[in-house]
Amino acid sequence: MTPGVSSFTDFLRMHDPSLLPSGRSMGSMPSTSPIDVPHGTTIVAMKYAGGIVMAGDRRATMGNVIASRDIEKVFATDEFSCVGIAGTAGVALEIVRLFQVELEHYEKIEGVLLSLDGKANRLASMLRSNLTMAMQGLAVVPLFGGFDLATQVGRIFSYDVTGGRYEEYDHHSIGSGSMFARGALKKMWQPDMDQASAVSVAIGALYDAADDDSATGGPDLTRGIYPVVAAVDDNGYRRIDDTELEPVIRTLITDRTTDSGGYRGVGGHS
Amino acid sequence: MSMPFYVSPEQIIKDKADYARKGIARGRSVVVVQYKNGIAFVAENPSRALHKISEIYDCIAFAAVGKYNEFESLRVAGVRLADTRGYSYDRQDVTGRGLANAYAQTLGTIFTENPKPFEVELVVAEVGSVAAQDQMYRLTFDGSVADEHGFVAMGGSADRITEFLKQAYAPDLEFPAALKLAVEAIAAGKAETQASEADESKTNPSAEPNPSASIAPEMLEVAVLDRNRSRRLFQRITAERLSELLRA
Repeated sequence: MTPGVSSFTDFLRMHDPSLLPSGRSMGSMPSTSPIDVPHGTTIVAMKYAGGIVMAGDRRATMGNVIASRDIEKVFATDEFSCVGIAGTAGVALEIVRLFQVELEHYEKIEGVLLSLDGKANRLASMLRSNLTMAMQGLAVVPLFGGFDLATQVGRIFSYDVTGGRYEEYDHHSIGSGSMFARGALKKMWQPDMDQASAVSVAIGALYDAADDDSATGGPDLTRGIYPVVAAVDDNGYRRIDDTELEPVIRTLITDRTTDSGGYRGVGGHS
Repeated sequence: MSMPFYVSPEQIIKDKADYARKGIARGRSVVVVQYKNGIAFVAENPSRALHKISEIYDCIAFAAVGKYNEFESLRVAGVRLADTRGYSYDRQDVTGRGLANAYAQTLGTIFTENPKPFEVELVVAEVGSVAAQDQMYRLTFDGSVADEHGFVAMGGSADRITEFLKQAYAPDLEFPAALKLAVEAIAAGKAETQASEADESKTNPSAEPNPSASIAPEMLEVAVLDRNRSRRLFQRITAERLSELLRA
């Protein structure tokens, strides 16, 4: 028992490093042939008046195969923050789980919440310790967002595999479909939107990403599988319920069917 | 060469136990009561920052009396144990019983091996999905564990408080009623301590313990394990809410 360490990761490093994602030796695996494992794809996040909205599609791919059509890639990390993941799903999920325990552990030991910057930096250092695996093809790139209780605004942070932390203003997207989602966000996002508009912009951006990126899944109305959408504001994290999402998705699809944005190809015009 | 005096093991154990008991008896009291929707923790504690009641895990909390630095180190160890177990297995694999056992081992070892025993007494409580599944473990300085039901009192006037609660406690109380009961019990214990102190100093030998003596909300630390919350069931009751509840 060492007094003074309020970080769970640091505690594990001293006590049982084999439990850490970075504590495993990968041996002399050739870095040229990455193994075929599920990959998470597109996450979007944006600010609105009062907080942030983060959304992720439900697809994981393994090469050309859909590994999962209902994977969840947006998670609450504590009461006032959430993280979305892209990249190697297995490693990313483990990092998220460790990060969740890390934040809760700090809160319990210290009796106060970590500042939002503190949380963002902790996540950066966890990615940094995953760099060796990233070099071998098991890269993880998260998008982190939360409500800053000190300044009472929502904030978004993006990362690179080396643990670089970049604060994003307005909106951001990561993952294979991010190029298309970012384009959509640029056109649709407006400053000081309300939460409902932000949710529909997020769904729209993911829809556009799924339209052009084969690794991103669109809303699946047949099976009732919708993107995971979460909002974080001064009341904390809230996952937007599927019953709330369904009308938004149906409206979006109706709009795209009638609007030129949903171009249907030769003979499709009527 | 001088030989150390022989002291029998019985004497050593007795001295250590007396020492620990005296230390604990000097402190203020903590009461833990089961109520309809959970377990309430009430401590007489003027500090807002140095807690006697803390969250350990999703449905497990910890209350302690005695020396702050000693029970604080036990609390931190408990949080680490719980988080490590929950991370390496699953959240549902962290149990109050497991934690109570770990504390019992630690306290037992410290009591027998260290020259100075820990002057602490703990309660580890786990709230279940129904009242029948609630668990409360009381741990004393020598590592003995007792499985308690209904209520537990620890600290300076534990005997008087236990006596009070034995008469007044009823299962399935609503939270405000349980809170009031716990506060009255602590007040009764405090009144008796003050009266006996007065007796000793012979200033007012006929002073009756005043059962209606109350404790100001700012002298109390209150928290609950509320089975109706989701995931993390531990919640501190804020000062405003507390004075509201006690006034009602």
